[in-house]
Amino acid sequence: MDHIRSKKFLMILILVCVTSYASLYGALTGITSSDASDYLFLALYTTSGSSIPSFMSFIALLGPFVGVILGFDGISGEKSERTLYRIAAQPIYRDSIINGKFLAGTTLIFMMVFAMGISIGALGLLCLGVPPSLEEIARIFVFLLFTAVYISFWLGLSLWFSVICQNAAASAMAAIGVWLFCALFMGLVAGMIANLVYPMNNEMQALYNSFGNYTLELDINRLSPYYLYSEAVTTIMNPSVRSVNVITVESLSGAISGYLSLGQSLLLVWPHLAGLVALMLITFAGSYVCFMRQEIRAK
Amino acid sequence: MKETIIQTTGLTKRYGEKVAVDHLNLTIRKGEVFGLLGPNGAGKTTTTLMLLGLTEPSDGQAWIEGKDCTRDPISVKRIVGYLPDNVGFYSDMTGRENLYFTGRLNGLPEDVIRERTERLLERVGMTEAADKKTGTYSRGMKQRLGIADVLIKDPEVIIMDEPTLGIDPQGMRDLLRLIRELSEKDGRTILISSHQLYQIQQICDRVGIFVDGRLIACGTIEELGRQMESEGKYTLELAAEPDNDALVQLMSRMEGVDSVEREGELIIVRSREDLRRKTTLTLAANGYTLLQLRQKGGDLDEIYSRYFEKAEKEQQSKAASGTRFPKLGRSFRKE
Repeated sequence: MDHIRSKKFLMILILVCVTSYASLYGALTGITSSDASDYLFLALYTTSGSSIPSFMSFIALLGPFVGVILGFDGISGEKSERTLYRIAAQPIYRDSIINGKFLAGTTLIFMMVFAMGISIGALGLLCLGVPPSLEEIARIFVFLLFTAVYISFWLGLSLWFSVICQNAAASAMAAIGVWLFCALFMGLVAGMIANLVYPMNNEMQALYNSFGNYTLELDINRLSPYYLYSEAVTTIMNPSVRSVNVITVESLSGAISGYLSLGQSLLLVWPHLAGLVALMLITFAGSYVCFMRQEIRAK
Repeated sequence: MKETIIQTTGLTKRYGEKVAVDHLNLTIRKGEVFGLLGPNGAGKTTTTLMLLGLTEPSDGQAWIEGKDCTRDPISVKRIVGYLPDNVGFYSDMTGRENLYFTGRLNGLPEDVIRERTERLLERVGMTEAADKKTGTYSRGMKQRLGIADVLIKDPEVIIMDEPTLGIDPQGMRDLLRLIRELSEKDGRTILISSHQLYQIQQICDRVGIFVDGRLIACGTIEELGRQMESEGKYTLELAAEPDNDALVQLMSRMEGVDSVEREGELIIVRSREDLRRKTTLTLAANGYTLLQLRQKGGDLDEIYSRYFEKAEKEQQSKAASGTRFPKLGRSFRKE
């Protein structure tokens, strides 16, 4: 309730709305000019227009923002407004405070993500005039589920920071710092480490190490929830993605080019979903433990 | 003697090296107003937080109405209302909504909440401002709303942390009257922690003086005053004509005088015995006209500063002899 009415949430909601409708517009212009694929409806979410990124990449980038904004002053804000004592002096268990914060945030995130996704679909349906198949709807549903879990992870993380940091600004900075690192620098760091472990300075080394190098880089990248999420939703929303790991020429030989069924796509990204949920739970558990151990007292 | 409602035995809290509360044994009886007095950083807030189970004691125990404050904080919090120092409210909610929220957290039925809120808003004089956002409230208004907020759960015990801080004189009078009323009319037990002596003096049945985590004196104000006198500490305030240095010298030569100071128009004489009669005679014999003479004592301010001096001296002597109390100095932890 408080989240929905607050100004900062309205701001982020407007931002997300505007960008997603812009991405829808981009996708529509992109689709009409390109050839019609078999999964036209999914293309609404994945196609990027001439200069506008797709809905999917927008959400991957902006989603964390939503999570951080909902969570960053969860506990530290109560502290600076000095309401935490009043609440803590009421006959409730202390963990219900933090549980409430997290549950309220996730509920809102789920509502927002599904509302956005479905409204994009509805608008796209009006413009395209092509009804989605059952499989497409299922894929979109899975995509939205992934997105909500992903954003909830960021909520958990920023809530954790808000327990640790004394003021809201510090916790916001910390959470945004982590987000920037994951989104921008993780790839560079992963490449660097992979090159250190499996150097590819000359042709000989490249021959021996390229497989190890690439796999290691991928593994490190996957530590970042941003990469994990992007990889998973690309697979879900694009049935032509057949593997998320390295494929050798031998394993490709004799393969028939075609689309994966939803079940097979899901099988590919199952570890990703498990990873994201685990990350989300870890951040929440972290904030829970920190909060329960923390002393509630003035400054 | 009424029954005991709050009791602590050997309650101790350590923060690393610093002992915030040192083996506190406190007994508070039902229906009394108890003032916990001490300078900033004496451990008053820590004590109140331990009573509420918000901070875990390092040692010792505390009970409120037979309930262990550390083990069973939920049932303690059900009967104890806490008014923190500089109370805060959700600034985007109105005063009334804030009270409703507290009521719901206490699991009260809606109609009870509604009825109590109106009655309490009336009682603290906040009915007109109840529908304004609390973000716009002044400090005094927040304090009054805070009292309503505490009373909504109809507590048997009320703990107030520095309730008189930053309130104007009129607000102060209202607040003190209200506190007295809560004790006398409603029969609630009230524990006030404060460093503002005058206000507390007016309303407390008993006070405890708290310095560096230790309770150095406890009792009614008269008891404390008598205790001081029996220890042979007297303070005389006097003014005389002609007011000159010879007068000061005359006073300091008098038998039993510890020190003589000048404080504005007045001369303060500290002594080991009652000097009133002797002073009158001596001054008259030396050609002075006595304008004012007053024996100080029974005044909390005086008691407090005397006790405080005593505690300081003890500490210094302990530090000097190198016993188990390290010198803590005056750098009190900020509350």
